[in-house]
Amino acid sequence: MKLFGYNLPGMSSLIIWGLLWELIGQLDVTFFVPPLSEVLATLFEIIGTPAFLKALGETGYAFVVGVFFAVFIGIPVGILMGRSRLLDELLLPWVNVFLSAPLTALVPVLMVLFGFGMKSIIITTTLFAIWIIILNSRAGVKQINRSLVEMAKSFGASPADAFFKIYFWAALPEILGGVRIGVIRAVKGVIIGQLLISIVGFGALFELYSSNFLMAHFWAVLIVLFALAFTIAEFLAYLERRVAYYAAKR
Amino acid sequence: MANRSLYLKILSAVIIFGAWEIAGRIPVSYAFPTFLESMAALGNMALDGRLWEAYAETLRPLVVGVAISTVLGIGLGLWIGLSKFFDWLVSPIFIVMQSAPLAALIPLLVMAYGIGLTSKVFVVCIMAMPVIVLNTASAVRHTPESMKEMCKSFLGTRTDMLIKIIIPAASPLIFSGLRLGVSAGFIGAILAELKITPTGVGDIITFSRSIADYPSMYAAIFSIIVLAVLFLNLLERTEKTLFKGHDRGYVSD
Amino acid sequence: MDMSLIKEAPATAEPALSEIAVSVRNISKNYGAVEALKDLTLEFPRGQLTSLLGPSGCGKTTLLKIIAGLLEPTSGEVEVNGKPVTGPGPNRAFVFQDFALLPWATVMRNVAFGLELRSINKSKREDIAAKYIKEVGLGGFENSYPHELSGGMRQRVGLARALSVDAKVLLMDEPFSAVDEQTRRKFQEDLLGLVQNENKTFIFVTHSIEEAVYVSDQIAILLPRPSRVSEIIRPSGFRHKDHDQIRRDPEYLDIVDDIWASLRSYVE
Ligand SMILES: Nc1ncnc2c1ncn2[C@@H]1O[C@H](COP(=O)(O)OP(=O)(O)OP(=O)(O)O)[C@@H](O)[C@H]1O
Ligand SMILES: [Mg+2]
Repeated sequence: MKLFGYNLPGMSSLIIWGLLWELIGQLDVTFFVPPLSEVLATLFEIIGTPAFLKALGETGYAFVVGVFFAVFIGIPVGILMGRSRLLDELLLPWVNVFLSAPLTALVPVLMVLFGFGMKSIIITTTLFAIWIIILNSRAGVKQINRSLVEMAKSFGASPADAFFKIYFWAALPEILGGVRIGVIRAVKGVIIGQLLISIVGFGALFELYSSNFLMAHFWAVLIVLFALAFTIAEFLAYLERRVAYYAAKR
Repeated sequence: MANRSLYLKILSAVIIFGAWEIAGRIPVSYAFPTFLESMAALGNMALDGRLWEAYAETLRPLVVGVAISTVLGIGLGLWIGLSKFFDWLVSPIFIVMQSAPLAALIPLLVMAYGIGLTSKVFVVCIMAMPVIVLNTASAVRHTPESMKEMCKSFLGTRTDMLIKIIIPAASPLIFSGLRLGVSAGFIGAILAELKITPTGVGDIITFSRSIADYPSMYAAIFSIIVLAVLFLNLLERTEKTLFKGHDRGYVSD
Repeated sequence: MDMSLIKEAPATAEPALSEIAVSVRNISKNYGAVEALKDLTLEFPRGQLTSLLGPSGCGKTTLLKIIAGLLEPTSGEVEVNGKPVTGPGPNRAFVFQDFALLPWATVMRNVAFGLELRSINKSKREDIAAKYIKEVGLGGFENSYPHELSGGMRQRVGLARALSVDAKVLLMDEPFSAVDEQTRRKFQEDLLGLVQNENKTFIFVTHSIEEAVYVSDQIAILLPRPSRVSEIIRPSGFRHKDHDQIRRDPEYLDIVDDIWASLRSYVE
């Protein structure tokens, strides 16, 4: 977008929306939208409080552990599926099923099986992220140039060497693409898990704020969450672009 | 060879459902019914009509929400794709929405709109809309330049360009955006039923859990997953037959 | 190198002014800092085929699109039949390098698309389209979709679409680049037939020296950065000959060699 010959940066219109928000808040249109300035003030107020830090810590922990499992189970499974036709044919239908299944429906099962705590939230997070990681790793391995594989064989690479020095790197752009989408889904999963289980992390915080009608607090936490999610997504997109340069030239 | 893939599909289903059955018989947990128990419960619910009533209830916000998201989302997406200014103004909102955990808005929606249908429709809309909008916009932006030039050189007007070139060229991507939107809508609809007020399938799940009727609970979850997966598969098939060859024919392949 | 030699050998009389269908005067085109065309002047005689030949990136497509009215020149003017060009018009039709067919439309609708945009009623435009579909040798494929056709067949659909609007000037951007050598030769012969039978002005972009010499009445050689016309060649001695004799004609061979000699320095 150009204005008077200047190129406006991509997300700059958010400033306008912020101003609009402030205006609506100042005009007192609705109780649910306090002015942005008030929200930001509240944000600075609560950001250091133990309750907020505890919620952030718990959410961060569930998120990191959940993503860890999704990545370290998902990538090897995906690579194996890409390598073995039998495994592929056995697992692919299920991966596709869970990819499009409404996973929210599984949260109650996790709750009865694993209790109303961290464990269920971590598993929810993993479930949201893992399927796309598997699928993309598989696709990455499937598209590896045959001559690259044959080159490795002709130089006498051991299977382990072939795995870590060829398959992983050759499939890296796709794998990273999968991890990026998986992580974005994990952010949603961790919040959905907390909302449904709602005694830990931000889920508990939301419950507290909404039952006490603390609108500014509520919005402040939302802003933090959305900003974190957006930053994570953009950071991963940046990483993906860093490796994309060789994706085209394999 | 076609048979091999079918056999393997059946085999993998047998393995998974068999594992479920065995795990239920051990049992791994008091709250883990066997596969056959769950299927029996599903049969019962289907016979006494509870299941159908529940689905009528569950599908209402889903259908309404997806319909609203489709109309609004495609409209906004077209506008964003066509106008640089509107793109600059509006896309950031949807880009943020796309990566944000919008489920966090639910408590707010409940406060604002109560626990009725409106809130649930809203939940479905905020989940389904971003991907529809962004897919439509990017499809419009990526209309092959040479087709647009072709239209211009044969004296097409702006309306011709939109109706005869841009929309048909964008429709495969728009359709796959819709499919993703429906998928997100399912997540939203069930989330709404579990979080806002238990109705429909969400009610079966919550109620069965509270009286420890686990087979019914698993059966309800099983059925909603099967329904979503089947429906999305159907959409994908439709997409493939409808737009066969669309991505070819204008490039030299 | 002695260019005067070639210029004399095939020299015919310079075409008279009324016989000029398209004239391009002092055209410059900048893409930001890139000077694609600079002060280019060129005339295209009516009823003849003129090739634009030059190394990649020298601005052939740019020139063709300016004539088509798809791009605005930074300065200079283009006239078609004495009238200045301000945008696309019914007197010019474009054949696109990548075909630009509608993948969701049958061959029939694709060929009739130019007429459809001119609001000609359905039965009439399909009659016209059917005629040109036959003419380019696609009879029987009216209801096929582009993805069911080979590259060469798709190219013919693009050609038929351009022919069916009956424009007096045909602008063809590397129309044969996506087809195999055999098909290409067939197309070149067909093109010679078209030039003879239809009283149209053809402007033809190509990378191939042989192709240019084979099909052209006039060849404009463009040199890059900033692009200008370095010379104009009018092969004429073999135009009347049988199509399969042309490639053996000594004049043909000489011209091919000379063009290569003058372009060679830009490749190295
Ligand atoms: N849209 C554009 N923006 C910026 N530069 C452009 C654009 N289109 C073309 N150019 C530049 O203008 C010059 C001429 O381009 P043009 O496409 O006319 O070349 P060409 O002779 O058709 O090449 P080729 O034979 O490869 O098709 C090139 O250097 C190209 O980089
Ligand atoms: Mg070109």
